Amino acid sequence: MSAHLGTEAASGRGRTAPAAPARTVRPRRRIDWGRYYTWLVLAWLFTPILFMVAFSFNDPAGKHNITWQGFTFRWYANAFAHPTLNEAMFNSVSIALLSMVIAGVLGSLLGLALGRFSFRGKQLTNLVMFSAISAPEVVLGAALLSTFLMMNVTTGYWTTVIAHVMFCVSFVAITVRARVITLDPALEEAARDLGAGPFTTFRLVTLPMLFPAIMAGGLLAFALSIDDYIITTFVSGDVTTFPLWVWGSTRVGIPPQVNVMGTLLFGVGVLMAVVNVVMARRRS
Amino acid sequence: MRNRTTTPYVLVLPAWIWLALFFVVPIAGMLSLSLTTGDVITGFQQTFEVGNYVTAVSTYWEQILRSLFYGACATLVCIAVGYPMAYWIAFRAGPHKSTYLLLILLPFFVSFVLRTISWRFLLADNGVLLGTLKSIGLAPADLQVLNSTPAVVLGLAYNFLPFMVLPIYAVLERMDPRMVEAAHDLYAGRIQAFVRVILPVSLPGVFAGVLMTFIPTSADYVNASVLGGTHNTMIGNVIQSQYLVNNNYPIAASITFVLMGLLLVGIFGYARALGTERVMEVHT
Repeated sequence: MSAHLGTEAASGRGRTAPAAPARTVRPRRRIDWGRYYTWLVLAWLFTPILFMVAFSFNDPAGKHNITWQGFTFRWYANAFAHPTLNEAMFNSVSIALLSMVIAGVLGSLLGLALGRFSFRGKQLTNLVMFSAISAPEVVLGAALLSTFLMMNVTTGYWTTVIAHVMFCVSFVAITVRARVITLDPALEEAARDLGAGPFTTFRLVTLPMLFPAIMAGGLLAFALSIDDYIITTFVSGDVTTFPLWVWGSTRVGIPPQVNVMGTLLFGVGVLMAVVNVVMARRRS
Repeated sequence: MRNRTTTPYVLVLPAWIWLALFFVVPIAGMLSLSLTTGDVITGFQQTFEVGNYVTAVSTYWEQILRSLFYGACATLVCIAVGYPMAYWIAFRAGPHKSTYLLLILLPFFVSFVLRTISWRFLLADNGVLLGTLKSIGLAPADLQVLNSTPAVVLGLAYNFLPFMVLPIYAVLERMDPRMVEAAHDLYAGRIQAFVRVILPVSLPGVFAGVLMTFIPTSADYVNASVLGGTHNTMIGNVIQSQYLVNNNYPIAASITFVLMGLLLVGIFGYARALGTERVMEVHT
């Protein structure tokens, strides 16, 4: 049946072509189940986020902020009432910023080299990066702790920075490499033809073109670092970061300030994502 | 042109040093720690004690198998949930593709630990979600979700879903729509076109997604401790407690190596069966 119709349509097209406009098939009014499905999955993804945001406005009766009692802005006014939580948050943000800068620089240089040059050890570099990305966090954390133990290094703030930079470098490098590969080498040749030395070429031509990728890689490093729990538990010693503080307070009851800080961090993330989208729109 | 040959090495050197010192050396350090005997008080001696591995496997084979099983289940859930979503976004979301991708990633601006703990409160017997469902009669009154295998598997799938959706989306999005049209022109129905054209094209994305979900889920311990109670511990829980609570480092290092070995064998077997370049292509 369908074969028959198909031949007819084909021969019909043959007779009227080429002047006739392409036959447009009127889309059947079908229910787009895929759309409902996608929104259902998104609802699943957002459920704990909604819970967290809603309960940052809750007025709990006891220590446990888990049943809805009433609406209040109290926790936003007293967001910094727990000194140890503030310290943990400060540690998280400062470690994430340091990781962003250090991994951003190291990863960008690595990504530039991988995307632009062929050199001995390139395959090995790729292999090490691939392993560092795909190794489970618990293995990375355990390996670093083992070595710190054997070297008698006391774990703390700086060992955490070291670990975070280690697992972020490869992600930055991959992001930057992807951009380097798409760059037109003619632009740098043009700069050299116009008398620019290698450093001037890099500063005035290559770097500005790579800047969006470097920023994206740096932000990725920031996000990975501030969210990390597993590796951090192994290498942070007595230093507490935000995820570790939250984990530690589950038994005694998580104060609503945690929801407030989570909500604020989420807000910053949303804002950055929106700015990123708007900037991408404007560029294109 | 001396400059041209040394430039890439200068660029990669800082990242090389960092990755060598804090990734490659620690793995070797952990290997050496796994072959020691002793305890925290008397110190650890390098005795090349292979028996640690025998002890580790014979004591914790149950957790090892459970981890691989939970990881496999979570990966299957991610494929089942994520594939249709990636498909719909790639082919049907039209101009809103990037918005949907952003929506998938937005929840991940909230800390991994905080999201998982939120699920604990939502799914508690009389918690915000389960309690509400029970009171309106949508769930049986004696239903218990927490501290069960499904709770851990769903938690793992929840936390790693984007790692499955994004690679599948990436290959489907790059697919030439004319291939599907050609299939239809050759009288393939919707199902045939999917099975014989779209599915084979998307498989590298699925393979990459499997790597990126199976490895972290089978090595995770956060979901097992938050959602699984005491009877669903995974190998990650063992590694964490042996390192950080019992300070039984040689055994802890041995278990970590066993986990790493199992995952490596899995990855290499997997890559051999599929061809490495297909896996690497999407992954990096």
